[in-house]
Amino acid sequence: MINPPELDGKIVLDEVVPARAPWTAVVRQGQTLRIVDLEGNQAVDFLMYALEDDAERYSAQDTIAAQGNIFLRDGSVLMSNERRPMATVTATSVAYHDTIGGACSCESNTLRYGHHTKAQHACVENFLQGNARWGRGKRDMVSNINWFMNVPVEADGALGIVDGISAPGLYVDIRAEMDLVAVVSNCPQINNPCNGFKPTPVRMVIAG
Amino acid sequence: MAISSTADPAAARIHARGMAGTRVDCMPVVPATAAENRPPGVQAEAMLWDETIAPGGYAAKRLDRGARLRLVDLQGDGCISMLLFNAERPVERLNVADTLKVQWNAYLGAGRLLLSDMGKVLMSVLEDTCGTHDAFCGASNAASNAAKYGDGDNWGPHPNARDRFLLAAGKFGLGRKDVHPCINWFKGVTILGDGATRFVSATAPGQSVTFRAEMDVIVVLANCPHVLDPRRDYAVTPVRALAWRGEVTAADDPLRNATPEGLRAFLNVEEDLRR
Repeated sequence: MINPPELDGKIVLDEVVPARAPWTAVVRQGQTLRIVDLEGNQAVDFLMYALEDDAERYSAQDTIAAQGNIFLRDGSVLMSNERRPMATVTATSVAYHDTIGGACSCESNTLRYGHHTKAQHACVENFLQGNARWGRGKRDMVSNINWFMNVPVEADGALGIVDGISAPGLYVDIRAEMDLVAVVSNCPQINNPCNGFKPTPVRMVIAG
Repeated sequence: MAISSTADPAAARIHARGMAGTRVDCMPVVPATAAENRPPGVQAEAMLWDETIAPGGYAAKRLDRGARLRLVDLQGDGCISMLLFNAERPVERLNVADTLKVQWNAYLGAGRLLLSDMGKVLMSVLEDTCGTHDAFCGASNAASNAAKYGDGDNWGPHPNARDRFLLAAGKFGLGRKDVHPCINWFKGVTILGDGATRFVSATAPGQSVTFRAEMDVIVVLANCPHVLDPRRDYAVTPVRALAWRGEVTAADDPLRNATPEGLRAFLNVEEDLRR
């Protein structure tokens, strides 16, 4: 376990999200949200919404188009569907993170693995529960970020969730560029390597 | 001073009715059964839709399960951004991430399925003579068009695809939250080894992509320059949308049975429609 560097500013929240659980919090403009992959290779599915107008939300496609790259790295600016910067990756000890793989759902699990997986808990269930607290629903589900998840695209177009490149104690710092609501699913998937086949807790810290 | 030809209701009516029969390059053919240059083998009475979408324009259509949709890039510089909804329950819609992930591939073309967020297939791609499309970079929007062209509004000369989606979706009772990540046809993006995007523009006139509706769908189309198009001018040409009645996918359809994941997407549709 590597200890991440200290965050600037006052710590306003420091919580551990249990394996498989949803989590949501307001992150004010200028504050930093740190996500720590406590035990390694734990995908953290992530959406965010503008606090004052939740029809403005994270847009994976705008983010990819704006930076000309599918991977989220140190310095990546996370764009809204209005093409405004919502947040910036200000530091990360992982080479890159995913924003093309989307969230697992009971329904897509039936396609990917078979109908025997339909009853398993999934990220869309967590997103629905997390968003319900804010009065949001299924129409608010869009392509998300998967922190600590590895989805390469090969030269022939082959794409898939493969073994992770994260490790215990690796982290990502996300600075809010506007007041926003973060909604997280600590991914419960057990049918692919995104969580090393064993979901584990993650730590969320908000500072500033 | 000459008396205006529209000074009273009767004269205005004559003036208005005098426009009937005007033909322009970009317009719907009504009824669609009067479509010219129908796809080979398609009878006039099977035609459901024939509309040429202007540069910067948009169109939307509800199609029944089994219907075929063909997009024709008439002059070779179209860029069709597409949204898809389940017509019966529009809260179910295209999921671009699932479409790629479930099919283990980043690129769209003949044989691919367009998957919903409920583990079902909305449409399948039957034919594709173009081969360069994009599931990564999404729609242009007001800010991106303003940065490139100086403006990007629906009422101006450089409309953006996202705001075109808003208008089209609005006419089906849908709103901002229903505008989801889209697919772009005829303009492609490939992914390089380090994850970088590379814009690819197909330039041959007459290229087409043909789809089959696998459930009742609402198709929303906008024809605006691709968000990564490097040209400074608002370069986009008309695209013709044609739809015709077709058979619902049979149990032995090769595309239905092509992959285990895809077959389950068809099975989930068939299960949903079992009544």
